[in-house]
Amino acid sequence: MQSDSKPPAAMSIRALSPYFFILPAVAIMVAGLVYPVLQAFYLSLYDWKIGTKFEDAPFVGIRHFIRMVSDENVHESVWVTLRFGFWTITIEMFLGVALALLLEKPIRGASLFRTIFILPLMISPVVVGLIWRYLFDARIGWINYYLGKVGIEPQVWLGNADLAFFAIVFTDIWQWTPFIFIIVIAGLQALPSEILEASKIDGANWWQHILFVKLPMIRSILLIALLLRLIDVFRALEVMYILTGGGPGRATELLSLHIYNRAFETQQLGYASAISVLLILIVFALSFGILVAGNPLKEKSDI
Amino acid sequence: MIGQAIGGRQAVIMHYASLAVLALITLMPIWVMVSTGFKNDVLVQQKEPVWFFFVPTLGNYEYIMTRGNFDVYLWNSIIVGTLSTFFTLLFGGFCAYALARTEFRGRVLVANSTLLVRMVPPAVLAVPAFAMVVNFGLNNDLAVLTFFYTALNLPFAIWLLFGFFKQIPVELEEAAIIDGATPLQVYFRVLLPLMKSGYAVAGIFTFRIAWNEFILALLLTGRKTRTLPVGASGFITDTGVEWGRIMAMGTLIVIPPLIFTFFAARQIIAGMTAGAVKG
Repeated sequence: MQSDSKPPAAMSIRALSPYFFILPAVAIMVAGLVYPVLQAFYLSLYDWKIGTKFEDAPFVGIRHFIRMVSDENVHESVWVTLRFGFWTITIEMFLGVALALLLEKPIRGASLFRTIFILPLMISPVVVGLIWRYLFDARIGWINYYLGKVGIEPQVWLGNADLAFFAIVFTDIWQWTPFIFIIVIAGLQALPSEILEASKIDGANWWQHILFVKLPMIRSILLIALLLRLIDVFRALEVMYILTGGGPGRATELLSLHIYNRAFETQQLGYASAISVLLILIVFALSFGILVAGNPLKEKSDI
Repeated sequence: MIGQAIGGRQAVIMHYASLAVLALITLMPIWVMVSTGFKNDVLVQQKEPVWFFFVPTLGNYEYIMTRGNFDVYLWNSIIVGTLSTFFTLLFGGFCAYALARTEFRGRVLVANSTLLVRMVPPAVLAVPAFAMVVNFGLNNDLAVLTFFYTALNLPFAIWLLFGFFKQIPVELEEAAIIDGATPLQVYFRVLLPLMKSGYAVAGIFTFRIAWNEFILALLLTGRKTRTLPVGASGFITDTGVEWGRIMAMGTLIVIPPLIFTFFAARQIIAGMTAGAVKG
């Protein structure tokens, strides 16, 4: 920021104009993002149910939060989210980084492949959910058919807790591995070639070269990718909403989906808000990690 | 070493082969959707998958375009997508410009909190948004949805445009200021033409989110104000899923993002990687 080159003259109109320029955006973000978050805190203190007036909702103080401490459904949902995050992110990072290291060399036609790889991220999560719901269908799903070809009995993928969990993990890996792949490739290709050459001259073998030179040099990218994915795991709900609805039981009910189902299936808006507060705290803690790892708005000033 | 041990030519072939396999894995599910949309019910319901060779039918498309409210949903999606993109670019551009070019009290606060609110989970917005709509009687209004999509997209757009402003040399503006241009004139006359690609990337990301979003749309819209993803989910009924029709609908929903991807893949990837790689 310090190295910022500023226009020399600070005329009065220029001194005031920053506020004019940021005002509309800040107002919309406050009204559309900050206010709802504060509202969630406020609503969590009331026992409000759908179909009743909010004025009639009894004030319950922190009772929702006390209930949450011993609510096994919430615990299970947090546990499902953590397990889901662990499996998807571990596999996506491993696959994405490995593929990027193998395929980083610029080749002709690379842009076509990259175009294809971002498709799963560009199409609607609803559509992703629908496609995989069809593929995992117990009766006419393609997955069961081809498993049958190699002698595996047809499975009720979305009706069995473990298999449904596997299905949402699998879908997520299909959708997000390319993201890690592309980010890591971009990072690798941006590395200064002198250092890479130097390590080769020093006689480092292929593994040493990757483990001790390349990976450490892209570790901030890996860290930010990891945090972004982790935040996404806590924000995700649309694919699962379509694919499994969170079931069977609560086997695939990630925290975000749990909040949604609480609010609009069991109609406990107040309690759902209390769980929202928990979710906000988790997500903001993770976001704070990104701020510490490097706020792009600050660091980019040096460009 | 391994790369060198294998002959250069062989390595290149292996490289292409691996990429091709990965591309196929990525494309397969999308092709399943597109092809299923063109299949009649017998083909859809049969257990043995048919990949390519079947007589395509437009029956599913005919059904969704004539029987449902497809035209209404499409129109709603276009309106909400276009308006929220417009407002996001206009106000996000202003904000990014101020953050990139000027020093003012609260600048760091705005920058940091922008990054923080970018992460607000949609599920957290669901109940308060529902409450706002119920309490203020704004039910089934496309304006509400447009407003929330603008709010959701602003943080990322600001952050993306900020990077683009930083790449424009300050001297151009200084010249205009010396000539007596007001900040608004500088913004619209000098910077806007230089920011075309920045607005294109931010616009694609914004439109895509608005076009694809489901959960808020499900909550905040009624029969007449539904958007396409909500309409598509309506084909999942208690009695089963009408796969042919739903896949046809899915294919139609995917068309705009698909077009963007093929025309602006490079810029989209730049947008996706900017944060992680430069940050």
